[in-house]
Amino acid sequence: MNYKSQYSIDFLVKKPMRILMVGLDAAGKTTILYKLKLGEIVTTIPTIGFNVETVEYKNISFTVWDVGGQTKIRKLWRHYFANTDGLIFVVDSNDRDRIEEAQFELHSMLGEDDLRDSILLIFANKQDLPNSMTTAELTDKLNLNTLRNRKWYIQATCATQGNGLYEGLDWLSNELSK
Amino acid sequence: MSSFKRDKKEEEDGGGNPFQNIEKTTVLQEARTFNETTVNPRKCTPILTKLLYLLNQGETLSVKEATDVFFAMTKLFQSRDVILRRMVYLGIKELSSIADDVIIVTSSLTKDMTGKEDLYRAAAIRALCSITDATMLQAIERYMKQAIVDRNPAVSSAALVSSLHLTKLAPDVVKRWVNEAQEAVNSDNIMVQYHALGLLYHIRKTDRLAVTKLVAKLTRMSLKSPYAVCMLIRITAKLLEEEDSGNDSPYFDFIESCLRHKSEMVVYEAAQAIVNLKRTTSRELAPAISVLQLFCGSPKPTLRFAAVRTLNQVAISHPAAVTACNLDLENLITDSNRSIATLAITTLLMKQIATFVSEISDEFKVVVVQAIRALALKFPRKHSVLMNFLSAMLRDEGGLEYKASIADTIITIIEDNPEAKETGLAHLCEFIEDCEHVSLAVRILHLLGKEGPKTKQPSRYIRFIYNRVILECPSIRAAAVYAMAQFGAACPDLLENIQVLLARCQMDSDDEVRDRATFYSNILNTQDKSLYNNYILDSLQVSIPSLERSLKEYIQGETNEPFDIKIVPLVPIPSPEEREVKHKSEGMLISQGPIRPVPVSREENFTEKLSLIPGIQELGPLFRSSEVVELTETETEYFVRCIKHCYTNHVVLQFDCLNTLSDQLLENVRVQLDPSEGYTITDEIPCPKLPFNETGTTYVILKFPENDLPNSIGTFGAVLKFIVKDCDPTTGLPDTDEGYDDEYILEDLEITLGDQIQRISKVNWGAAWEEAASSYIEMEDTYSLSSMNTLDEAVKNIIQFLGLQPAEQN
Repeated sequence: MNYKSQYSIDFLVKKPMRILMVGLDAAGKTTILYKLKLGEIVTTIPTIGFNVETVEYKNISFTVWDVGGQTKIRKLWRHYFANTDGLIFVVDSNDRDRIEEAQFELHSMLGEDDLRDSILLIFANKQDLPNSMTTAELTDKLNLNTLRNRKWYIQATCATQGNGLYEGLDWLSNELSK
Repeated sequence: MSSFKRDKKEEEDGGGNPFQNIEKTTVLQEARTFNETTVNPRKCTPILTKLLYLLNQGETLSVKEATDVFFAMTKLFQSRDVILRRMVYLGIKELSSIADDVIIVTSSLTKDMTGKEDLYRAAAIRALCSITDATMLQAIERYMKQAIVDRNPAVSSAALVSSLHLTKLAPDVVKRWVNEAQEAVNSDNIMVQYHALGLLYHIRKTDRLAVTKLVAKLTRMSLKSPYAVCMLIRITAKLLEEEDSGNDSPYFDFIESCLRHKSEMVVYEAAQAIVNLKRTTSRELAPAISVLQLFCGSPKPTLRFAAVRTLNQVAISHPAAVTACNLDLENLITDSNRSIATLAITTLLMKQIATFVSEISDEFKVVVVQAIRALALKFPRKHSVLMNFLSAMLRDEGGLEYKASIADTIITIIEDNPEAKETGLAHLCEFIEDCEHVSLAVRILHLLGKEGPKTKQPSRYIRFIYNRVILECPSIRAAAVYAMAQFGAACPDLLENIQVLLARCQMDSDDEVRDRATFYSNILNTQDKSLYNNYILDSLQVSIPSLERSLKEYIQGETNEPFDIKIVPLVPIPSPEEREVKHKSEGMLISQGPIRPVPVSREENFTEKLSLIPGIQELGPLFRSSEVVELTETETEYFVRCIKHCYTNHVVLQFDCLNTLSDQLLENVRVQLDPSEGYTITDEIPCPKLPFNETGTTYVILKFPENDLPNSIGTFGAVLKFIVKDCDPTTGLPDTDEGYDDEYILEDLEITLGDQIQRISKVNWGAAWEEAASSYIEMEDTYSLSSMNTLDEAVKNIIQFLGLQPAEQN
């Protein structure tokens, strides 16, 4: 391959990036995925399995794997860990009862070898609800400050209005083009 | 697409199969590319093709291999390539039964089946149904109902046929789709209408009244689809058979009217139905015959073939009726289509086949052999002519399948007709003198060993058998040794000679042959009848796969104690209904599908599950597991089913409970029993948690009354006890931590004698009985048999009640 064609490929083809989006059930993962893909709110049902879509943003083509969060599906997340560049963990900021459960799932997942090099983005979703926790509160409850050797970022979002989603992608694309 | 072209070109260049040299490990290795971040359809499609090719060639994958490749395949859903996606569907269907956690593709397939891409929808439905189990079915129920009435005929057909497959899994759920199926019957598409009728009939077939109504309604409205009409004819014919009123019913009128249908297929189906009705009179037969006669002159070979074939059947049941067609049949002898000609001749005159039997293919010769078998069963007295004919065919060239089918036929004739036994065995003896198929020779030797001793002159077979020892390969020699041992055991007069022959066999160069000879010779030396029965005359009853597993476990563990064959579950003996199904499958309304792999007995399945539960493995080997008994109506709040597992001194009751209330979480679920006298409850294993729509299992272990078999029959009152926590139906999380106790009364549970008796088939019943008289405790008890009309019915009831196996197929 000569220099010229190398150049043109870089210029035309968007850089692919593999994103794994997980979280407890009913956190809003599928809604986020289709808001990013279609720009609209679709009615969703609990995901038994996964949804996968490519989202083009800036110079990057994100392949987003949204894997269901029901208990019986959580143990299958591991099949989708390999080659993950960025991990998006979605939490329902309003669900105080299960924040500890979310913390547990997040940390046990980060212990996996396959995810050693992936960067972590947390979407603190459902910020529009009155009783929701702030990002600071969530950082604390999710023990994010105990993470070592991991680039992470927490972003307040509201999927139904689209707030915060692209800010999150901005962080991902900045980190990955470094 | 390009890859397909390339493959084709290679084929032209090099010739031969491009997939000839692929190996499983290589393909599984290649399949890892599916995990790459960007999917390349051109690279992945051929890999999937190879994988499918391997699976279809009978290659087996372990659960782990299958699961790995399955999940790798799920990564391909990110590609939008239509061909690749459809290959993925095929892959899902192939792997759905082997891999774990296949529900992972549920969402993706649901999306494809409801999406805009028509190329995906039908195939996605089929794949989805292959990964769905009974618990998941409710989640997709809504989509299935919609798909059944979809405007796209391919989608509708796929949904209908898949529903039909699902009835095996969850009949009660599919029953709820009857309205949609009803609507689909009115479809304009011929396939949809046919499939809808198939499903509708399947849902209703147990309800006679509903079938009658269905038939009454459909015979009045004229169905557009000829396939559906054919199906309706079959259903109607079945109703007619079951009905006692004779042939002047509206059903018969309908079938007869179909003889004037514009579709040839329907006309043939109607004629065939009339011919096959048991009570058809010759007057009723006439129009059907004349239609078939017309078909004999049709330009279409299939029609001519079908007509001759049916006339062949008629020739057996109503010979006189066919005479009118003789001229047409004679014309067909010179038919350019050899298959038709052959059938025409079998119908007319058996002897003429011999002249060109060598010109037709093996496949078709098999059909001829089957025709002969039918004839032989019909005319037992003609057996010598037929037998001679068969043995002549045996001597001709032919493949294994053809030879096997001839041997099978001879064996059937022997079994069916005692008069023919000696000649049959003589022909088979002659055949093995010069038989190139090892498996067939072994089978015949086995049969000789079984049947030979019962003939008038057993000694004449010994020579044939011993010749095999001298001339053949080790596996045949070993079979021959066994056959001789059977003669030795069953015919005391021959014992001395057999011993001499066995002694000679102990000099054999093959280990297996030598071992067998030594073993049998020693047993015969003991002159002990019970040893004869156990080791020579009765064959092994245990299920082979479980024996293999148990032996493996035994070798891995401590081998200080001898291996106990009693821990191996017995092989399930096919019930008469199953056997009947096998015989009748040809004329069935629904085809049987591919043959299932070696069946594993129920006991073995349960042994594995039960041994995981603490307290149960100490009870010893599992003796018998009963059929499933339902303790509630199917659609109640809590659905409880019970399986009774009998051990030597204990019975374990397994209660499978399903919680159908979405707003309740049940905890500490257990069954409280009120056992009858003599029983003691030794342990209870409750089910800790039972969320909505999940099945949990609780066990109760009881000790049988000691040495008191008659009293072990009892009826237990049963109550389901649990703690209820009200919860939010959407999340399934309890509202409060505090629950309240509740109970639910179940139907009484009966322990019958049949639960405690295992079916064993003894070859030599008389001998076993004599032997048993000395070694077993005889149980005598009187049970009253009431409301029995016929002997047959009484026997059936006793079998059902006691769970016995009829001896020697009497």
